[in-house]
Amino acid sequence: MYLSRARKVTWRWEGRVVLGRITPKVYAWRFDWRTFCSDTSGKLLGSNSNQATTELLDKQDSTNDVPQYDVAIVGGGMVGMALACSLASMPLTKHLNVAIIDSNPALMSRDCIKKEDPPDPRVSTVTPATISFFGGMGAWQYVQLHRHAFFDRMQVWDYTGLGYTRYSARDVDKEVLGCVVENKVLQRSLLSCMEDSDSQKRIYPSRLSSMTLNLSSSLSGSDNISSQPRTSLAKLNLSSGNSLYAKLVVGADGSKSHVRELAGIRTTGWKYPQNAIICTVEHTEDNWCAWQRFLRSGPIALLPMGGKYSNIVWTMDPKEAADRKLMNEADFLKAVNEALDNGHGPRPQSDVTSGGGLFSWLKADKASSANEPFEVPPKITKLASDRMVFPLSLMHANTYVSKRVVLIGDAAHTVHPLAGQGVNMGFGDACSLSRVIAEGVSVGSDIGEVSLLKRYESERKAANIAMMAVLDGFQKAYSIDFGPLNLLRAAAFHGVNYISPLKRNIISYASGEQRVPLFS
Amino acid sequence: MASKLLLSRLRTLAKPTHHRFINPTPIFTLKYQTLVHSRPYSDAPQPPPIDSKPPSINGDNPLKNKKISSSLNQTELAKFSAIAETWWDAEGPFKPLHVMNPTRLAFIRSTLCRHFGKDPNCAKPFEGLKFVDVGCGGGILSEPLARMGATVTGIDAVEKNIKIAQLHADLDPGTSSIEYLCTTAEKLVEDQRKFDAVLALEVIEHVADHAEFCKSLSALTVSNGATVISTINRSMRAYATAIVVAEYILNWLPRGTHQWSSFLTPEELVLILQRASISVQEMAGFVYNPLIGKWSLFDDIGVNFIVYGTKDSE
Repeated sequence: MYLSRARKVTWRWEGRVVLGRITPKVYAWRFDWRTFCSDTSGKLLGSNSNQATTELLDKQDSTNDVPQYDVAIVGGGMVGMALACSLASMPLTKHLNVAIIDSNPALMSRDCIKKEDPPDPRVSTVTPATISFFGGMGAWQYVQLHRHAFFDRMQVWDYTGLGYTRYSARDVDKEVLGCVVENKVLQRSLLSCMEDSDSQKRIYPSRLSSMTLNLSSSLSGSDNISSQPRTSLAKLNLSSGNSLYAKLVVGADGSKSHVRELAGIRTTGWKYPQNAIICTVEHTEDNWCAWQRFLRSGPIALLPMGGKYSNIVWTMDPKEAADRKLMNEADFLKAVNEALDNGHGPRPQSDVTSGGGLFSWLKADKASSANEPFEVPPKITKLASDRMVFPLSLMHANTYVSKRVVLIGDAAHTVHPLAGQGVNMGFGDACSLSRVIAEGVSVGSDIGEVSLLKRYESERKAANIAMMAVLDGFQKAYSIDFGPLNLLRAAAFHGVNYISPLKRNIISYASGEQRVPLFS
Repeated sequence: MASKLLLSRLRTLAKPTHHRFINPTPIFTLKYQTLVHSRPYSDAPQPPPIDSKPPSINGDNPLKNKKISSSLNQTELAKFSAIAETWWDAEGPFKPLHVMNPTRLAFIRSTLCRHFGKDPNCAKPFEGLKFVDVGCGGGILSEPLARMGATVTGIDAVEKNIKIAQLHADLDPGTSSIEYLCTTAEKLVEDQRKFDAVLALEVIEHVADHAEFCKSLSALTVSNGATVISTINRSMRAYATAIVVAEYILNWLPRGTHQWSSFLTPEELVLILQRASISVQEMAGFVYNPLIGKWSLFDDIGVNFIVYGTKDSE
């Protein structure tokens, strides 16, 4: 690898060997999981025995041998890992030398995920577009080894009882509308996928503390003699004391992105006066449908987790959320069941039989699911996890790229969790960016060049802003309880339910298949 | 069909205007040469030059090296020396080249991968091959070629360009191996240097003696090696876009960058190359789409075009 000044070692090597002989504090994969796995004795052994060597080598390192990478991904979350996997899976980019910087020890944890355990409440609803992205890079096969729940139906209705919409995968001739997967399963699958590839990657279990970008394009000042080697690469300094150079720094470090801050990229956004409670629940019957009901205070979603488990994402005002987090299980379950069915307003009428009515003119071109009657979601009987509360906000970075820096996922855009689109937008970013990098490699471009990265931005910004506007619009539309508006919403529901082209478009848009041409 | 094409080509020879020219076959070019042997250059009417004054040169005279004995045009050298420092400013005078670069590299990649039998899905398909970039300027072409694995020699007659190119290449370990020389193609021929591929992009229109220049390119190419040349057509449309629009309306290029009279038509270029023992294998045109701000490859060679040829075995 022409970039790597550290000697050639792939991450497959045993951790201790790498640690001792090559670059200090650059842990190989195997070492990581051993260190951070839940087995404490192993952890102590692993870290202590290497302490001395690490410190010793640190001094050598401080002289000048700063490793160089093609891509440094800051943030090893699902989106950052997806980018690393995607790069490793394409022939044009698999040679790239990639560093992943993340201090979260759980990231690389290898303790096994047991199928019998109740599912973790942190889940993602992955769209068919994301599934095909994972399939393409060989990660979906690992998801399939773990718990995952496909759903082919979705019911959306509101508290006014005026309308409902049922979506079915059949409307778009698809097998599924989406799949609910625990985040830790997605994370693990990406990790396993990356281990399959023979590309060069290193994990720095550390935090980014500063970043130096040589932004001046002028070459005339180069006569100055400085101790620093002259380079146009970005230099990253880590909290561990290590430094590294990278041609491209990818900020995949979430909504409070440090990379974004260090690159001086501003954002636009607002907080919603809402928090979301998430938890796993049990019910008596199996559930294979996604349910979403809009309430005055915000939407509640019940997502199938397979069998008798489902996931709740319930949005409400922060005070209410704090109360509901603390209330006892029985009261909470009662509140959930009311929110899903008999509280907050009447059930919508299933007007399959009535020929006339307010919206009958819409029925000329029926989607097949339009005939389906309104169904009552399953009754929740048990809480299967802790309740967690998250604040909600909308944020969009004014630009996704600058010289040698690019933002993906939540670092570039944070959305309302409604419809579970957030992480899918992030996967869309990872897919697009890896393709743009491959295009750049094919014509010998410098992959940190703004003109190349702009292609990624123009592809994703339009798609992301459109999705953000849709989700924000939904949030706004439901934050007002006003008679005529309620009727309008109901009309929209009816319209969507009966006009099949519109319905098809909504489904394919929510599946990530529209306006994201790279998936088609 | 072929003969019809041939006829239409011959008719267009005298009046180089808008026309299409798709993948001339070697057979065609051979006949073509014999038929028009006596007239390598068209004497088509030329539009009057807008500005006949040569552009001013900032500071000291960059042409200290008066001994450059070559096909070079001295005024052209002065022009480029004046703006050399802006080579790597993607928004500067060389912006059109930066924007066009991925497109012409895509052509080079696909034709040369085929020529050398390399896997186009490989990140560095040109590993082990020696390329020379004639008229490398600041290294806009040399650097990507080096990243694609080629062992690159970049030459330019303007010393300032070579300095800029060297400084810039040193910034990236992937390009620091490029050999930059302030010399001319003719000098390299004297030194008996040989390359697997010889590239001269957007250079021939700045050269005084096209035929001599092509002979030098040919002499630098190994037997069965490849030659890639791109330039601007001497058509009315090229005059309108490359000079009037690019230099005077959009101010993309410094005024006086191009002299319409020194442009070559594709037919002339094919002919000159044929005489220099290079058979043109493929030709494509670049078309700029102002709506998306991108160049794409088309078979419309009315304005900008690129030619790939092979050196006949001796």
